Amino acid sequence: MEKFTTVTGIALPLRRSNVDTDQIIPAVYLKRVTKTGFEDALFARWRADPDFVLNNPAYEGARVLVAGADFGTGSSREHAVWALRDYGFDVVLSPRFGDIFRGNSGKQGLLAGQISEADAQRLWDIIEACPGVELTVDLVSRTARVGGLTVPFEIDDYTRWRLLEGLDDIGLTLRDEARIAEFESHREPWRPRTLPARQVRL
Amino acid sequence: MTDAPLLEERPRTLAEKVWDKHLVAKGEDGTPDLIYIDLHLVHEVTSPQAFDGLRLAGRPLRRPDLTIATEDHNTPTLAIDRPIADLTSRTQIETLRRNCEEFGIRLHSLGDIEQGIVHVVGPQLGLTQPGITVVCGDSHTSTHGAFGAMALGIGTSEVEHVMATQTLPLTPFKTMAITVDGTLRPGVTAKDIILAVIAKIGTGGGQGYVLEYRGSAIRALSMEGRMTICNMSIEAGARAGMVAPDAITYDYLQGRAHAPEGQDWLDAVGYWDTLATDDGAVFDAEVLLDADTLEPFVTWGTNPGQGVSLSDTVPDPSGIIDANERSAAERALEYMDLAAGTPMKEIRVDTVFLGSCTNSRVEDLRAAANIIQGHSLAPGVRMLVVPGSARVRIEAEAEGLDKIFIDFGAEWRFAGCSMCLGMNPDQLAPGERCASTSNRNFEGRQGKGGRTHLVSPLVAAATAIRGTLSSPWDLVQDGDE
Repeated sequence: MEKFTTVTGIALPLRRSNVDTDQIIPAVYLKRVTKTGFEDALFARWRADPDFVLNNPAYEGARVLVAGADFGTGSSREHAVWALRDYGFDVVLSPRFGDIFRGNSGKQGLLAGQISEADAQRLWDIIEACPGVELTVDLVSRTARVGGLTVPFEIDDYTRWRLLEGLDDIGLTLRDEARIAEFESHREPWRPRTLPARQVRL
Repeated sequence: MTDAPLLEERPRTLAEKVWDKHLVAKGEDGTPDLIYIDLHLVHEVTSPQAFDGLRLAGRPLRRPDLTIATEDHNTPTLAIDRPIADLTSRTQIETLRRNCEEFGIRLHSLGDIEQGIVHVVGPQLGLTQPGITVVCGDSHTSTHGAFGAMALGIGTSEVEHVMATQTLPLTPFKTMAITVDGTLRPGVTAKDIILAVIAKIGTGGGQGYVLEYRGSAIRALSMEGRMTICNMSIEAGARAGMVAPDAITYDYLQGRAHAPEGQDWLDAVGYWDTLATDDGAVFDAEVLLDADTLEPFVTWGTNPGQGVSLSDTVPDPSGIIDANERSAAERALEYMDLAAGTPMKEIRVDTVFLGSCTNSRVEDLRAAANIIQGHSLAPGVRMLVVPGSARVRIEAEAEGLDKIFIDFGAEWRFAGCSMCLGMNPDQLAPGERCASTSNRNFEGRQGKGGRTHLVSPLVAAATAIRGTLSSPWDLVQDGDE
């Protein structure tokens, strides 16, 4: 994962709340076995509407998505994050995220920053008054700046650190391999095992 | 881990006990805890990129003996003996088969008696047990919390993480008690409880929390009912839902293929008996719901929090104060093609879907069959009945339920996720309206342009008879029963 410090790019206003991951990427696009190439699937159903904000040429090349509350709820599909990344987004700002989506974001270098409802409104107003305006997201100071406005965003310390350092979770955990093995040596024998397969006796 | 003895002393919730028991390493300075995972369930959709990741890094699968896979999201529910017609679906299934072969994972493929929806398969095999941690690359993993397990839906990066390490770095959750006291009236079920809970706390109300369902109405539920409730915890935004294990849990488990036996069973029960939340334990939030007054509950909108009692009307968005909520409600009504003020019972449906990881167990099928027996399907309505697993299908057939559904005019299908999500051939046509026992009424969830009303199996059955959203109470008023 690349290190993430600041991003400056066009901001896209998505004035909708409860944007579930089925809307971010419909299930029909989940059949691929690769991790890339999902850009066309992003908001696929909504993009069929020519008035949908993603179709506005002023926002072409947008890198920061400013969305309403409860962004990324529902299905655990990490494809939602891949689709946002493939399209070119580096940051999503929202007053509240689905927990699984937020976790997935941090593992794919997509910054999910939590802002207040009032700040979402302010950002939307500025962006819509000047479509195509660039917004700067600074992970070090946890702020987003556009025009004369600077708003703080929240992100947990651990995810922030991993993004700043560009660290891979699995590699970090495997440093603790000895502790995992030690834990396993104490597991009770009656805990379930899938192998060998047992016959049903009902 | 140095503070473990202290944790033992203070009163703890069920969720905290399971967490503490699985602590491999305690996080310091804001880093997450490292939590051991007892059981990893795998399916075809969220795993291929994780297997690729293992291969690229040259990492082995740490514990094949704690991993099990099945095929469910893409699989057709008709003609399962023929090759899957959709090429991309077939590729995804074949990829899972190759990956399971390569990494030594037990796989229940289409045609196998243990194939089915991953959240039906785990419990039916007795692998889902109290006090374990279970994960799956699927948000409805919360289902398994019905056994008093900590069950988390995870993304594909986490799937790879569990494959490589059998652990997950996790930040401790907050806990929320959802206490449902009283007695459900006949015709009111677990599904109505959870739909009412989500309407009450909202789709974001559970974010960051593990929900523990408590109270006399929860204790009175079967394991199937508890699974329905825990299943939809994610629809309230929660990381997990749990119910403390009790005699009902043990009765369900004992004798299942992978349940402990002999002395192991006694040892396990000894541990499971310690799991219930201690008196004096403090929850971060509490919610109360009265079971006595609860009515059959249905959704009118495009998220699971947009629900009302079936006897109610479609709400008027202009009465909603919050501007975002109001515009969401307006959008939902437009998508659902509903006018504010319409009685829910006047809404006519085209399709009834009985199935999904929420409501496809044999008890669900039995309850619906009991309602429809002796009736016929409303003209112009189609009904799909999709058992949650091949074994559920066989059990239902042994009871003659298939014959009741077929005589009624419903389609009796093979096991899978089916019409819960638009990933396999079972989909709504644009504009079609469905009473569905599944878990999500999102735009296009059941097929592009499809309109979903979430309902219980009993409401699904009564709706199939009358053609409009109905509960068994309406059949009594019709003088049918």
